[in-house]
Order: sequence, then C-alpha cells, then structure tokens
Amino acid sequence: MSLTNERIKQRLIEKFREQVAAFSEPYGMLTFEAPKETNLKVLNFLFDDDELKFRFLTDLQAVHYPNDKGRELAVVYHLHNLIDNVRIRFKVFTDINTPDVYTATGLFSGANWMERETYDFFGVNFVGHPNLKRILNVDEMDYFPMRKEFPLEDQTRIDKDDEMFGRG
Amino acid sequence: MSRPVSYNVNKKDLEKDISIAGMPDGHQGEGFFATKLNDVVGLARKNSIWPLPFATSCCGIEFMATMGSHYDLARFGSERVGFSPRQCDLLMVMGTIAKKMGPVVKQVYLQMAEPRWVIAVGACASSGGIFDTYSVLQGIDQVVPVDVYVPGCPPRPEAIIDGVMRIQDLIGKESLRRRNGDRYKQLLESYGIQ
Repeated sequence: MSLTNERIKQRLIEKFREQVAAFSEPYGMLTFEAPKETNLKVLNFLFDDDELKFRFLTDLQAVHYPNDKGRELAVVYHLHNLIDNVRIRFKVFTDINTPDVYTATGLFSGANWMERETYDFFGVNFVGHPNLKRILNVDEMDYFPMRKEFPLEDQTRIDKDDEMFGRG
Repeated sequence: MSRPVSYNVNKKDLEKDISIAGMPDGHQGEGFFATKLNDVVGLARKNSIWPLPFATSCCGIEFMATMGSHYDLARFGSERVGFSPRQCDLLMVMGTIAKKMGPVVKQVYLQMAEPRWVIAVGACASSGGIFDTYSVLQGIDQVVPVDVYVPGCPPRPEAIIDGVMRIQDLIGKESLRRRNGDRYKQLLESYGIQ
C-alpha cells in the first residue's frame, strides 16, 4: 500500500493526538503544525518510523507574520520521503519576543547552514546549534533584514530623488 | 539562403599590415631621439596593461566576450590577464559587489603595487545598479578609488573597450610623480588606505 496523505495524517494523530493540528493540503502537499517544544519529537518520529521514512530535509525557512500576535515567526520544515516520493510540510510557530526553537542539526546535517540563514534573516534563535552566527550578511549587522518592518532599500544613499520613488 | 550582408559593405583597404603605436613628440636626429621621459614611460605603460579581472556576475560574462576573438582586448596590449594582484596594473571590477565582499575588494586593491588603476565596469560596480538593497555595496567607490566608470547593464564589449581606452589615455598622460604627491596621499587617506 502506498503512502498517502491520509495515512500520514492518521499516523501523526495516533502518535501525537491534539498536538498536531491545522492539517491542510495546498497543491497536494500535506501541511501541519505543532507546538515549538515538540518539533524535535515530530521530526524524529517522521525520520525513524519505518513506514513514514521522511529522511531528507529539503528546506528549512521562516516566515514573518507581523499581524498574528504571539505567533509571528513560523519556522517551516519541508521533508521528503525519497523512497516513496512523498513530500510533507511541517510548521512551528513562535513568538517574536522569544524566538527560541530547538535545532534540527542533531538529526539532519543539512539543517546547519539553513538554520544559520534563518537566524541571519529572521532572528530565530536555534537552541543547541553548534555555530549560530550570520552567514550571508555582514557580521556587524544588528537587524534582521527579512522581517517585514525593515526597509528593502539601502539607507546610506543620499542622492535619491524621493519624487521618483513615490515618497515626495 | 544566407542573410545578405548589411554591414561593412564599403570595403576599406588595409593601409598597413601591422599597426604600431604612434611616436611621442620629440626631437630626433641622426641616431638619437630626445623626448620627455613622461611620454615614453606613459607610452610603454599604456600599451601593456596587465588587467586583473575581478569578475563577479553578468558583467564578467561580457568581459569574457571582450577577451574573445570577436572583440579582442588583447589588441590593446592586455594580452596577459593575471589573477594575482601583485602582478597586475589594472583592477577591473565587473559585477555586483555585496557588502560582505567590500573588504575583499579593498584587500585586493591594497595588494596591488603602484602604479595601479581601477575601472568599475557596469552599473552595479559603479553605483549599486538596480540592486538598491541592504546587502549590495552601492558602488565600489565607497571602498577603493576608481579611475574610470563604464556604465551599462551589462555594458557592451565595445563599451568595455572604450573604458580601457580611456584608462590608456589616463596612463599616457599621467605625471611620473603623481603617486608621490600630496593630492594622491590625501585621496588614499580619505579611503583609509595608508
């Protein structure tokens, strides 16, 4: 029997009961969320289980939702089952004032640089990461560029004509 | 059927097989030629520039085309491109320089020996280009002094050749004592280079 979204959902609910929630299938990819304290438990379960076998971390990123107070930063894991070719998306929400999430580097080595990038751009602090420092931006930068409140443009330019940019 | 030729239809005869750089002004006689040292040194330097292609992105591809046989930069004496700053005269910065790359460009510039020139090829090296963002350095003249800017996104190989020709003009007319003078020292001080 092939691994269907229904079967994955059933196994997750059996194991975690109410902790996994918000199941949806945008474009056919099963998506669910869990509380941030249980993120390693869920990832380990998806990895170790012999029927589920989600052993490849495709992507680890964050999204900033400034209007959802208490749940502003979402850390999104994309996992892939290479043997049955099934993908799954797992989200963990955290408050922007205490953005601590447990690191997945113990389980997936690929999560190392992806978590550094997520820290660099969103400020998510991965607890237990071996080397959490900025990876793509300048080391002295003191803000997190991909958060919605920070401007895209470089603020050091003094020769821009505001009229042309709709700000005059 | 092949396309009819639309350019170069008025054939111009080749005047000479080999073209040689012009002689500087001077006084010549039987077995001697007297001229200014400036002119001779300038002539030698400008027709044998060794460029360092610091090619980062798309402008680097245009540079590759410029060095190819169709638009040949080697005609102008830049036959030998070096990738070691210790051996090169001209730092050609081609492409987007991120803020993280800024100190690297400065380090490469510092390793070059005098006399050295810098050409900023393309919009991104001259002023940040279309990337007006937190991560892109808005022009390399924030970290190194630049002699010639070549605009374009990317500039055509002819434009890059034009930039190199202007560098050649600068080199040909440069005073031999320029690098020791106060004005040059002040310029380097303003960039924080000793």
